[in-house]
Amino acid sequence: MKYDTVIIGAGLSGLAAAIRLAHFGGKVAVLERHYRVGGLNSFYRKDRRDFDVGLHAMTNYAPHGPKSAPFQKLLRQLRLREEEFSLVPQTQSRIVFPGVTLPFGNGIESLTASVADRFPSQADNFRRLVEEVLAHDELNLANRWSSARQRVAATLTDPLLVDMLFLPLMYYGSADEEDMDFTQFVVMMKAVFCEGFCRPAGGMRPVLDRLLARCEEAGVEIHLRTGVASVEVADGKVTGVVTDAGDRIGCDAVLSSAGNVETARFCPASVADGEASPRAGRMSFMESIHVMKAPVADEATIVFFNRTDRLRYRKPDALIDLDSGVVCMPGNFAYTADRPAPAEADRTVRITSIADPDRWRTLEGDAYADAKERMGIEQRTAASFAVPAVGGDVVYHDIFTPRTVERFTGHVNGAVYGSPDKRRDGKTGVRGLSLIGTDQGFLGIVGSMLSGISIANQLMTERK
Amino acid sequence: MTKDAIRQAIVDIIQEILPDEDMGGIELDKPLRDQLELDSMDFLDIVMELRKRYHIEVPEKDYMELNTLGSTIAYLEPKMANL
Repeated sequence: MKYDTVIIGAGLSGLAAAIRLAHFGGKVAVLERHYRVGGLNSFYRKDRRDFDVGLHAMTNYAPHGPKSAPFQKLLRQLRLREEEFSLVPQTQSRIVFPGVTLPFGNGIESLTASVADRFPSQADNFRRLVEEVLAHDELNLANRWSSARQRVAATLTDPLLVDMLFLPLMYYGSADEEDMDFTQFVVMMKAVFCEGFCRPAGGMRPVLDRLLARCEEAGVEIHLRTGVASVEVADGKVTGVVTDAGDRIGCDAVLSSAGNVETARFCPASVADGEASPRAGRMSFMESIHVMKAPVADEATIVFFNRTDRLRYRKPDALIDLDSGVVCMPGNFAYTADRPAPAEADRTVRITSIADPDRWRTLEGDAYADAKERMGIEQRTAASFAVPAVGGDVVYHDIFTPRTVERFTGHVNGAVYGSPDKRRDGKTGVRGLSLIGTDQGFLGIVGSMLSGISIANQLMTERK
Repeated sequence: MTKDAIRQAIVDIIQEILPDEDMGGIELDKPLRDQLELDSMDFLDIVMELRKRYHIEVPEKDYMELNTLGSTIAYLEPKMANL
Protein backbone atom coordinates (compact mmCIF):
# COMPACT_ATOMS: atom_id res chain seq x y z
CA MET A 1 0.00 0.00 0.00
CA LYS A 2 1.48 3.33 -1.05
CA TYR A 3 0.04 6.79 -0.49
CA ASP A 4 1.04 10.23 -1.63
CA THR A 5 0.39 11.52 1.87
CA VAL A 6 -0.21 9.95 5.26
CA ILE A 7 -1.75 12.26 7.84
CA ILE A 8 -1.25 11.52 11.52
CA GLY A 9 -4.33 12.44 13.54
CA ALA A 10 -7.95 12.97 12.48
CA GLY A 11 -8.42 16.23 14.37
CA LEU A 12 -9.56 19.34 12.56
CA SER A 13 -6.16 20.11 11.04
CA GLY A 14 -5.74 16.56 9.74
CA LEU A 15 -9.21 16.38 8.23
CA ALA A 16 -8.84 19.80 6.56
CA ALA A 17 -5.43 18.90 5.10
CA ALA A 18 -6.81 15.56 3.87
CA ILE A 19 -9.76 17.20 2.11
CA ARG A 20 -7.44 19.63 0.30
CA LEU A 21 -4.95 17.02 -0.85
CA ALA A 22 -7.53 14.43 -1.91
CA HIS A 23 -9.73 17.00 -3.66
CA PHE A 24 -6.86 17.62 -6.05
CA GLY A 25 -6.22 13.97 -6.71
CA GLY A 26 -3.79 12.96 -3.99
CA LYS A 27 -4.03 9.48 -2.49
CA VAL A 28 -4.42 10.25 1.19
CA ALA A 29 -4.77 8.16 4.35
CA VAL A 30 -5.56 9.65 7.75
CA LEU A 31 -4.43 7.50 10.68
CA GLU A 32 -6.15 8.13 14.02
CA ARG A 33 -5.32 6.27 17.22
CA HIS A 34 -8.67 7.02 18.85
CA TYR A 35 -11.93 5.37 17.75
CA ARG A 36 -13.44 8.72 16.78
CA VAL A 37 -12.38 11.78 14.76
CA GLY A 38 -12.13 15.33 16.10
CA GLY A 39 -9.16 15.26 18.47
CA LEU A 40 -9.45 18.01 21.06
CA ASN A 41 -12.65 19.12 19.37
CA SER A 42 -14.48 15.84 19.36
CA PHE A 43 -17.66 14.81 21.18
CA TYR A 44 -18.67 11.94 23.43
CA ARG A 45 -21.67 10.29 24.98
CA LYS A 46 -21.68 9.32 28.65
CA ASP A 47 -24.55 8.22 30.90
CA ARG A 48 -27.01 8.97 28.08
CA ARG A 49 -25.83 12.58 27.75
CA ASP A 50 -24.01 14.14 24.77
CA PHE A 51 -21.04 16.40 25.39
CA ASP A 52 -18.41 18.22 23.36
CA VAL A 53 -14.84 17.46 24.44
CA GLY A 54 -13.25 20.88 24.29
CA LEU A 55 -15.74 23.27 22.73
CA HIS A 56 -16.48 26.47 24.60
CA ALA A 57 -16.96 28.66 21.58
CA MET A 58 -15.68 28.90 18.07
CA THR A 59 -13.76 32.14 17.49
CA ASN A 60 -13.39 34.13 14.25
CA TYR A 61 -17.13 34.71 13.89
CA ALA A 62 -17.47 36.58 10.60
CA PRO A 63 -20.87 35.84 9.05
CA HIS A 64 -20.93 37.00 5.45
CA GLY A 65 -17.61 38.59 6.35
CA PRO A 66 -15.00 39.89 3.91
CA LYS A 67 -13.32 37.20 1.82
CA SER A 68 -10.11 37.87 3.72
CA ALA A 69 -11.65 36.72 7.05
CA PRO A 70 -10.07 33.43 8.22
CA PHE A 71 -13.44 31.65 8.44
CA GLN A 72 -14.38 32.72 4.90
CA LYS A 73 -11.01 31.53 3.58
CA LEU A 74 -11.53 28.14 5.15
CA LEU A 75 -15.02 27.78 3.69
CA ARG A 76 -13.68 28.46 0.19
CA GLN A 77 -10.69 26.19 0.58
CA LEU A 78 -12.80 23.25 1.77
CA ARG A 79 -15.73 24.02 -0.58
CA LEU A 80 -18.09 24.32 2.36
CA ARG A 81 -21.01 26.69 2.84
CA GLU A 82 -21.43 28.91 5.85
CA GLU A 83 -24.95 27.55 6.48
CA GLU A 84 -23.49 24.08 6.97
CA PHE A 85 -21.92 25.18 10.25
CA SER A 86 -25.26 26.45 11.65
CA LEU A 87 -23.44 29.08 13.69
CA VAL A 88 -25.09 31.04 16.46
CA PRO A 89 -23.30 34.10 17.87
CA GLN A 90 -22.59 34.70 21.53
CA THR A 91 -24.80 37.05 23.53
CA GLN A 92 -22.19 38.80 25.70
CA SER A 93 -19.06 37.82 27.61
CA ARG A 94 -17.05 39.50 30.34
CA ILE A 95 -13.62 39.68 31.94
CA VAL A 96 -13.79 39.98 35.73
CA PHE A 97 -10.97 41.12 38.05
CA PRO A 98 -11.47 42.27 41.65
CA GLY A 99 -13.48 45.49 41.50
CA VAL A 100 -13.56 45.79 37.70
CA THR A 101 -15.50 44.07 34.94
CA LEU A 102 -15.01 44.48 31.18
CA PRO A 103 -18.01 43.28 29.18
CA PHE A 104 -17.53 42.55 25.49
CA GLY A 105 -19.54 41.21 22.59
CA ASN A 106 -18.62 40.44 19.00
CA GLY A 107 -16.79 43.17 17.10
CA ILE A 108 -13.97 45.31 18.51
CA GLU A 109 -16.25 48.36 19.01
CA SER A 110 -17.81 46.57 21.96
CA LEU A 111 -14.56 46.06 23.89
CA THR A 112 -13.32 49.51 22.85
CA ALA A 113 -16.42 51.05 24.45
CA SER A 114 -15.92 49.03 27.66
CA VAL A 115 -12.28 50.07 27.89
CA ALA A 116 -13.22 53.73 27.37
CA ASP A 117 -15.79 53.40 30.13
CA ARG A 118 -13.69 51.54 32.74
CA PHE A 119 -10.23 52.81 31.79
CA PRO A 120 -10.86 56.31 30.39
CA SER A 121 -7.18 57.25 30.55
CA GLN A 122 -6.33 54.25 28.34
CA ALA A 123 -9.00 54.78 25.68
CA ASP A 124 -6.65 56.34 23.12
CA ASN A 125 -3.87 53.89 23.89
CA PHE A 126 -6.27 51.02 23.35
CA ARG A 127 -7.31 52.39 19.95
CA ARG A 128 -3.64 52.58 19.00
CA LEU A 129 -3.13 48.98 20.10
CA VAL A 130 -6.07 47.87 17.95
CA GLU A 131 -4.58 49.71 14.96
CA GLU A 132 -1.24 48.00 15.58
CA VAL A 133 -2.96 44.62 15.79
CA LEU A 134 -4.96 45.15 12.60
CA ALA A 135 -1.82 46.20 10.72
CA HIS A 136 0.19 43.11 11.73
CA ASP A 137 0.37 40.32 9.13
CA GLU A 138 -0.15 37.29 11.34
CA LEU A 139 -0.26 34.87 8.42
CA ASN A 140 3.33 35.54 7.38
CA LEU A 141 4.98 32.16 7.96
CA ALA A 142 8.33 33.91 8.48
CA ASN A 143 7.26 35.76 11.67
CA ARG A 144 9.63 35.21 14.59
CA TRP A 145 8.73 34.97 18.30
CA SER A 146 8.62 38.32 20.02
CA SER A 147 7.19 39.17 23.42
CA ALA A 148 3.56 40.27 23.29
CA ARG A 149 3.77 41.43 26.91
CA GLN A 150 6.52 43.91 26.00
CA ARG A 151 4.83 45.14 22.83
CA VAL A 152 1.45 45.66 24.53
CA ALA A 153 2.93 47.29 27.65
CA ALA A 154 4.62 49.83 25.38
CA THR A 155 1.17 51.00 24.27
CA LEU A 156 -1.12 50.32 27.22
CA THR A 157 0.27 51.85 30.41
CA ASP A 158 -2.21 50.40 32.94
CA PRO A 159 -0.97 46.91 33.95
CA LEU A 160 -4.43 45.91 35.13
CA LEU A 161 -5.92 46.50 31.69
CA VAL A 162 -3.02 44.59 30.12
CA ASP A 163 -3.71 41.61 32.39
CA MET A 164 -7.42 41.78 31.68
CA LEU A 165 -6.75 41.58 27.93
CA PHE A 166 -4.25 38.76 28.25
CA LEU A 167 -6.53 36.58 30.42
CA PRO A 168 -8.90 35.37 27.66
CA LEU A 169 -6.19 35.32 25.01
CA MET A 170 -3.81 33.21 27.07
CA TYR A 171 -6.48 30.80 28.31
CA TYR A 172 -7.71 30.27 24.76
CA GLY A 173 -4.37 29.83 23.08
CA SER A 174 -1.05 30.31 24.79
CA ALA A 175 1.46 27.49 24.98
CA ASP A 176 3.89 29.94 26.59
CA GLU A 177 3.81 30.65 30.31
CA GLU A 178 3.30 34.28 31.39
CA ASP A 179 3.78 35.64 27.86
CA MET A 180 2.75 35.04 24.27
CA ASP A 181 4.32 35.41 20.91
CA PHE A 182 3.15 38.78 19.52
CA THR A 183 1.93 37.13 16.32
CA GLN A 184 -0.09 34.69 18.39
CA PHE A 185 -1.45 37.61 20.41
CA VAL A 186 -2.57 39.26 17.16
CA VAL A 187 -4.19 36.04 15.93
CA MET A 188 -6.09 35.69 19.22
CA MET A 189 -6.99 39.38 19.49
CA LYS A 190 -8.56 39.30 16.01
CA ALA A 191 -10.21 35.93 16.61
CA VAL A 192 -11.67 36.74 20.05
CA PHE A 193 -12.25 40.49 20.19
CA CYS A 194 -12.32 41.80 16.61
CA GLU A 195 -14.40 38.94 15.19
CA GLY A 196 -15.76 37.09 18.19
CA PHE A 197 -17.47 34.02 19.60
CA CYS A 198 -20.08 31.77 18.11
CA ARG A 199 -20.85 28.08 18.20
CA PRO A 200 -22.15 25.48 15.81
CA ALA A 201 -25.69 25.23 17.26
CA GLY A 202 -25.52 21.45 17.56
CA GLY A 203 -21.93 21.35 18.82
CA MET A 204 -19.00 19.63 17.09
CA ARG A 205 -20.76 16.49 15.94
CA PRO A 206 -22.59 17.97 12.92
CA VAL A 207 -19.42 19.86 11.91
CA LEU A 208 -17.31 16.71 12.06
CA ASP A 209 -19.99 14.76 10.16
CA ARG A 210 -19.85 17.35 7.38
CA LEU A 211 -16.05 17.22 7.25
CA LEU A 212 -16.20 13.43 7.08
CA ALA A 213 -18.68 13.66 4.20
CA ARG A 214 -16.25 15.99 2.37
CA CYS A 215 -13.44 13.49 3.04
CA GLU A 216 -15.52 10.73 1.54
CA GLU A 217 -16.44 12.78 -1.57
CA ALA A 218 -12.78 13.60 -2.07
CA GLY A 219 -11.70 9.98 -1.61
CA VAL A 220 -9.80 10.26 1.69
CA GLU A 221 -9.23 7.01 3.58
CA ILE A 222 -9.68 7.34 7.33
CA HIS A 223 -8.32 4.58 9.54
CA LEU A 224 -9.53 4.78 13.13
CA ARG A 225 -7.91 2.84 16.00
CA THR A 226 -4.70 3.09 13.97
CA GLY A 227 -1.95 4.79 15.93
CA VAL A 228 1.45 5.55 14.43
CA ALA A 229 4.45 4.07 16.25
CA SER A 230 7.21 5.46 14.06
CA VAL A 231 8.03 7.37 10.92
CA GLU A 232 10.46 5.75 8.49
CA VAL A 233 13.22 7.92 7.13
CA ALA A 234 15.84 7.13 4.48
CA ASP A 235 18.52 9.61 3.35
CA GLY A 236 16.83 12.37 5.34
CA LYS A 237 13.48 11.84 3.60
CA VAL A 238 10.22 10.23 4.71
CA THR A 239 9.45 6.83 3.18
CA GLY A 240 6.52 5.68 5.27
CA VAL A 241 5.08 5.06 8.72
CA VAL A 242 4.72 2.01 10.92
CA THR A 243 1.49 1.59 12.87
CA ASP A 244 1.12 0.43 16.49
CA ALA A 245 0.06 -2.95 15.05
CA GLY A 246 3.37 -3.13 13.13
CA ASP A 247 1.97 -2.55 9.65
CA ARG A 248 4.17 -0.56 7.29
CA ILE A 249 2.49 2.07 5.14
CA GLY A 250 4.60 3.64 2.41
CA CYS A 251 4.17 7.28 1.44
CA ASP A 252 5.96 10.29 -0.03
CA ALA A 253 4.88 12.78 2.62
CA VAL A 254 3.66 12.76 6.19
CA LEU A 255 1.70 15.57 7.82
CA SER A 256 1.71 15.12 11.58
CA SER A 257 -0.70 16.78 13.99
CA ALA A 258 0.81 14.81 16.88
CA GLY A 259 2.88 17.77 18.07
CA ASN A 260 6.44 18.99 17.70
CA VAL A 261 8.00 16.91 20.51
CA GLU A 262 5.75 13.92 19.83
CA THR A 263 6.56 13.87 16.11
CA ALA A 264 10.31 14.03 16.80
CA ARG A 265 9.87 10.90 18.92
CA PHE A 266 8.41 9.03 15.93
CA CYS A 267 11.62 9.55 13.99
CA PRO A 268 14.85 7.56 14.20
CA ALA A 269 17.17 8.98 16.88
CA SER A 270 19.89 9.87 14.37
CA VAL A 271 17.56 12.24 12.52
CA ALA A 272 17.09 14.48 15.52
CA ASP A 273 20.85 15.09 15.81
CA GLY A 274 21.82 18.65 15.17
CA GLU A 275 18.28 19.93 15.51
CA ALA A 276 17.53 21.90 18.68
CA SER A 277 15.01 19.73 20.54
CA PRO A 278 11.65 21.43 20.91
CA ARG A 279 10.44 22.00 24.47
CA ALA A 280 7.43 20.03 25.68
CA GLY A 281 4.41 22.17 26.56
CA ARG A 282 3.62 22.69 30.24
CA MET A 283 0.21 24.35 30.05
CA SER A 284 -2.64 21.99 30.69
CA PHE A 285 -6.09 22.35 32.17
CA MET A 286 -8.77 20.73 34.24
CA GLU A 287 -12.15 21.07 32.58
CA SER A 288 -15.39 20.26 34.32
CA ILE A 289 -18.86 20.07 32.86
CA HIS A 290 -21.72 20.54 35.31
CA VAL A 291 -25.40 19.99 34.56
CA MET A 292 -27.22 22.14 37.07
CA LYS A 293 -30.63 21.45 38.58
CA ALA A 294 -32.03 24.80 37.43
CA PRO A 295 -31.31 27.00 34.39
CA VAL A 296 -28.15 29.02 34.99
CA ALA A 297 -29.06 32.51 36.20
CA ASP A 298 -26.42 34.43 34.24
CA GLU A 299 -26.74 35.94 30.80
CA ALA A 300 -23.09 35.76 29.78
CA THR A 301 -21.75 33.31 27.23
CA ILE A 302 -18.21 33.19 28.62
CA VAL A 303 -16.77 34.71 31.79
CA PHE A 304 -13.00 34.99 32.27
CA PHE A 305 -12.14 35.63 35.90
CA ASN A 306 -9.10 36.41 37.99
CA ARG A 307 -9.49 36.67 41.77
CA THR A 308 -6.20 38.46 42.45
CA ASP A 309 -4.87 41.78 41.21
CA ARG A 310 -2.28 40.30 38.87
CA LEU A 311 -2.76 37.53 36.34
CA ARG A 312 -0.67 34.39 36.73
CA TYR A 313 -0.58 32.10 33.67
CA ARG A 314 1.85 29.28 34.38
CA LYS A 315 1.95 25.71 35.58
CA PRO A 316 0.67 25.94 39.17
CA ASP A 317 2.23 24.55 42.36
CA ALA A 318 -1.03 22.75 43.05
CA LEU A 319 -3.40 20.36 41.26
CA ILE A 320 -5.20 23.38 39.84
CA ASP A 321 -4.82 27.15 40.12
CA LEU A 322 -7.94 28.44 41.84
CA ASP A 323 -7.10 32.12 41.33
CA SER A 324 -8.27 32.30 37.73
CA GLY A 325 -10.49 30.42 35.32
CA VAL A 326 -13.05 30.44 32.54
CA VAL A 327 -16.77 29.74 32.85
CA CYS A 328 -18.67 28.89 29.67
CA MET A 329 -22.46 28.76 29.60
CA PRO A 330 -23.38 27.05 26.33
CA GLY A 331 -27.06 27.93 26.75
CA ASN A 332 -26.25 31.62 26.28
CA PHE A 333 -25.78 31.78 22.52
CA ALA A 334 -28.36 33.42 20.24
CA TYR A 335 -30.14 30.21 19.21
CA THR A 336 -33.03 30.38 16.75
CA ALA A 337 -35.88 28.08 15.74
CA ASP A 338 -33.73 26.78 12.84
CA ARG A 339 -30.60 26.57 14.97
CA PRO A 340 -31.87 25.33 18.32
CA ALA A 341 -29.92 24.77 21.54
CA PRO A 342 -28.97 21.19 22.42
CA ALA A 343 -30.75 19.45 25.29
CA GLU A 344 -29.91 20.86 28.74
CA ALA A 345 -27.74 23.65 27.28
CA ASP A 346 -29.43 26.23 29.53
CA ARG A 347 -28.49 24.16 32.58
CA THR A 348 -24.92 23.41 31.55
CA VAL A 349 -21.78 25.13 32.84
CA ARG A 350 -18.21 24.37 31.82
CA ILE A 351 -15.33 25.56 33.98
CA THR A 352 -11.65 25.57 33.01
CA SER A 353 -8.68 25.93 35.37
CA ILE A 354 -4.95 25.77 34.78
CA ALA A 355 -3.66 22.42 36.08
CA ASP A 356 -0.32 20.82 36.89
CA PRO A 357 0.13 17.66 34.78
CA ASP A 358 2.87 16.29 37.07
CA ARG A 359 0.70 16.35 40.19
CA TRP A 360 -2.22 14.71 38.39
CA ARG A 361 0.09 12.06 36.94
CA THR A 362 1.31 10.83 40.33
CA LEU A 363 -2.20 10.10 41.66
CA GLU A 364 -3.36 6.51 41.47
CA GLY A 365 -6.81 4.88 41.47
CA ASP A 366 -9.05 6.19 44.24
CA ALA A 367 -6.72 9.08 45.04
CA TYR A 368 -7.08 10.30 41.44
CA ALA A 369 -10.88 9.96 41.51
CA ASP A 370 -11.06 11.69 44.92
CA ALA A 371 -8.88 14.55 43.73
CA LYS A 372 -11.13 15.08 40.72
CA GLU A 373 -14.23 15.31 42.91
CA ARG A 374 -12.54 17.59 45.43
CA MET A 375 -11.12 19.91 42.78
CA GLY A 376 -14.48 19.98 40.99
CA ILE A 377 -16.05 21.45 44.13
CA GLU A 378 -13.20 23.88 44.85
CA GLN A 379 -13.21 25.03 41.24
CA ARG A 380 -16.94 25.79 41.41
CA THR A 381 -16.48 27.73 44.64
CA ALA A 382 -13.67 29.77 43.06
CA ALA A 383 -15.70 30.44 39.91
CA SER A 384 -18.66 31.70 41.95
CA PHE A 385 -16.51 34.81 42.51
CA ALA A 386 -17.49 35.83 38.99
CA VAL A 387 -20.57 33.70 38.30
CA PRO A 388 -22.54 33.19 41.52
CA ALA A 389 -24.96 30.83 39.71
CA VAL A 390 -22.32 28.06 39.50
CA GLY A 391 -22.78 27.58 43.24
CA GLY A 392 -26.24 26.01 42.70
CA ASP A 393 -27.22 22.33 42.87
CA VAL A 394 -25.61 20.02 40.33
CA VAL A 395 -27.37 16.91 39.00
CA TYR A 396 -24.54 15.54 36.85
CA HIS A 397 -20.90 16.33 36.24
CA ASP A 398 -17.91 15.06 34.34
CA ILE A 399 -14.33 16.20 34.79
CA PHE A 400 -11.20 15.86 32.69
CA THR A 401 -7.66 16.46 33.80
CA PRO A 402 -4.29 16.76 32.03
CA ARG A 403 -4.16 12.96 32.18
CA THR A 404 -7.39 12.67 30.21
CA VAL A 405 -6.03 15.04 27.57
CA GLU A 406 -2.75 13.13 27.34
CA ARG A 407 -4.55 9.79 27.01
CA PHE A 408 -6.91 10.89 24.24
CA THR A 409 -4.64 13.22 22.25
CA GLY A 410 -1.14 11.90 22.89
CA HIS A 411 0.05 15.45 23.69
CA VAL A 412 2.89 15.21 26.22
CA ASN A 413 1.74 16.65 29.60
CA GLY A 414 -1.79 16.96 28.20
CA ALA A 415 -0.52 20.28 26.85
CA VAL A 416 -3.66 21.53 25.15
CA TYR A 417 -1.82 24.24 23.18
CA GLY A 418 1.21 22.09 22.51
CA SER A 419 4.86 23.09 22.60
CA PRO A 420 5.96 26.72 23.06
CA ASP A 421 8.21 26.07 20.06
CA LYS A 422 5.99 26.50 17.00
CA ARG A 423 7.03 25.76 13.43
CA ARG A 424 5.01 28.20 11.37
CA ASP A 425 6.18 26.74 8.06
CA GLY A 426 5.56 23.22 9.39
CA LYS A 427 9.08 22.11 8.43
CA THR A 428 10.96 19.50 10.41
CA GLY A 429 14.50 18.20 10.00
CA VAL A 430 13.10 15.47 7.74
CA ARG A 431 12.16 16.16 4.12
CA GLY A 432 8.55 15.23 3.45
CA LEU A 433 7.60 15.39 7.13
CA SER A 434 5.65 18.50 8.16
CA LEU A 435 3.79 19.58 11.26
CA ILE A 436 0.17 20.65 11.10
CA GLY A 437 -2.24 21.70 13.85
CA THR A 438 -1.35 22.94 17.29
CA ASP A 439 2.42 23.03 16.89
CA GLN A 440 2.36 24.59 13.44
CA GLY A 441 0.87 27.40 15.45
CA PHE A 442 -2.65 28.24 14.27
CA LEU A 443 -5.01 27.37 17.12
CA GLY A 444 -8.70 26.96 17.74
CA ILE A 445 -11.25 25.36 15.46
CA VAL A 446 -10.84 27.80 12.59
CA GLY A 447 -7.08 28.10 13.16
CA SER A 448 -6.41 24.37 13.19
CA MET A 449 -8.33 23.87 9.95
CA LEU A 450 -6.39 26.75 8.35
CA SER A 451 -3.21 25.15 9.60
CA GLY A 452 -3.98 21.90 7.80
CA ILE A 453 -5.01 23.84 4.69
CA SER A 454 -1.87 26.05 4.66
CA ILE A 455 0.57 23.19 5.01
CA ALA A 456 -1.34 21.03 2.49
CA ASN A 457 -1.17 23.96 0.04
CA GLN A 458 2.56 24.32 0.67
CA LEU A 459 3.00 20.61 -0.06
CA MET A 460 0.99 20.83 -3.29
CA THR A 461 2.99 23.86 -4.42
CA GLU A 462 6.29 22.09 -3.75
CA ARG A 463 5.17 18.93 -5.54
CA LYS A 464 4.18 20.63 -8.76
CA MET B 1 -11.41 24.47 -27.20
CA THR B 2 -12.61 27.79 -28.55
CA LYS B 3 -11.84 31.05 -26.84
CA ASP B 4 -15.42 31.16 -25.53
CA ALA B 5 -15.16 27.63 -24.17
CA ILE B 6 -11.92 28.51 -22.39
CA ARG B 7 -13.53 31.58 -20.89
CA GLN B 8 -16.43 29.42 -19.69
CA ALA B 9 -14.02 26.85 -18.24
CA ILE B 10 -12.27 29.54 -16.19
CA VAL B 11 -15.54 31.08 -15.05
CA ASP B 12 -16.79 27.64 -13.98
CA ILE B 13 -13.68 27.13 -11.87
CA ILE B 14 -14.01 30.52 -10.19
CA GLN B 15 -17.70 29.86 -9.63
CA GLU B 16 -16.88 26.63 -7.81
CA ILE B 17 -14.46 28.52 -5.55
CA LEU B 18 -16.89 31.43 -5.04
CA PRO B 19 -20.36 29.89 -5.26
CA ASP B 20 -22.12 33.09 -4.16
CA GLU B 21 -20.40 35.41 -6.62
CA ASP B 22 -22.20 36.81 -9.67
CA MET B 23 -19.89 35.90 -12.55
CA GLY B 24 -21.81 37.98 -15.11
CA GLY B 25 -20.03 41.19 -14.24
CA ILE B 26 -16.40 40.09 -14.51
CA GLU B 27 -14.45 42.52 -16.65
CA LEU B 28 -11.85 41.10 -19.02
CA ASP B 29 -9.07 43.55 -18.31
CA LYS B 30 -9.36 44.28 -14.58
CA PRO B 31 -7.26 42.22 -12.14
CA LEU B 32 -9.26 39.27 -10.80
CA ARG B 33 -7.64 39.82 -7.43
CA ASP B 34 -9.30 43.24 -7.11
CA GLN B 35 -12.62 42.41 -8.75
CA LEU B 36 -13.26 39.27 -6.71
CA GLU B 37 -11.00 39.84 -3.67
CA LEU B 38 -9.09 36.65 -4.49
CA ASP B 39 -6.06 35.79 -2.37
CA SER B 40 -3.06 33.58 -3.08
CA MET B 41 -4.91 30.52 -1.74
CA ASP B 42 -7.67 31.13 -4.31
CA PHE B 43 -5.15 31.45 -7.14
CA LEU B 44 -3.61 28.16 -6.08
CA ASP B 45 -7.12 26.69 -6.35
CA ILE B 46 -7.53 27.98 -9.89
CA VAL B 47 -4.18 26.45 -10.86
CA MET B 48 -5.00 23.15 -9.14
CA GLU B 49 -8.46 22.96 -10.74
CA LEU B 50 -6.91 23.54 -14.20
CA ARG B 51 -4.61 20.63 -13.55
CA LYS B 52 -7.38 18.42 -12.17
CA ARG B 53 -9.91 19.14 -14.92
CA TYR B 54 -7.71 19.67 -17.99
CA HIS B 55 -4.28 18.32 -17.02
CA ILE B 56 -2.76 21.73 -17.62
CA GLU B 57 0.32 22.73 -15.63
CA VAL B 58 0.77 26.36 -14.69
CA PRO B 59 4.28 26.77 -13.25
CA GLU B 60 4.71 29.29 -10.44
CA LYS B 61 6.68 31.66 -12.69
CA ASP B 62 3.59 32.00 -14.91
CA TYR B 63 1.14 32.94 -12.10
CA MET B 64 1.19 36.58 -13.19
CA GLU B 65 -0.39 35.51 -16.47
CA LEU B 66 -3.57 34.84 -14.47
CA ASN B 67 -3.86 38.48 -13.51
CA THR B 68 -7.04 39.25 -15.47
CA LEU B 69 -9.67 37.06 -17.12
CA GLY B 70 -8.40 38.29 -20.50
CA SER B 71 -4.75 37.50 -19.78
CA THR B 72 -5.75 34.09 -18.40
CA ILE B 73 -7.65 33.22 -21.59
CA ALA B 74 -4.72 34.39 -23.74
CA TYR B 75 -2.26 32.36 -21.65
CA LEU B 76 -4.39 29.21 -21.74
CA GLU B 77 -5.37 29.39 -25.43
CA PRO B 78 -2.32 27.57 -26.81
CA LYS B 79 -2.43 25.04 -23.94
CA MET B 80 -6.15 24.30 -24.39
CA ALA B 81 -6.51 24.65 -28.15
CA ASN B 82 -6.35 20.91 -28.74
CA LEU B 83 -8.62 19.82 -25.90
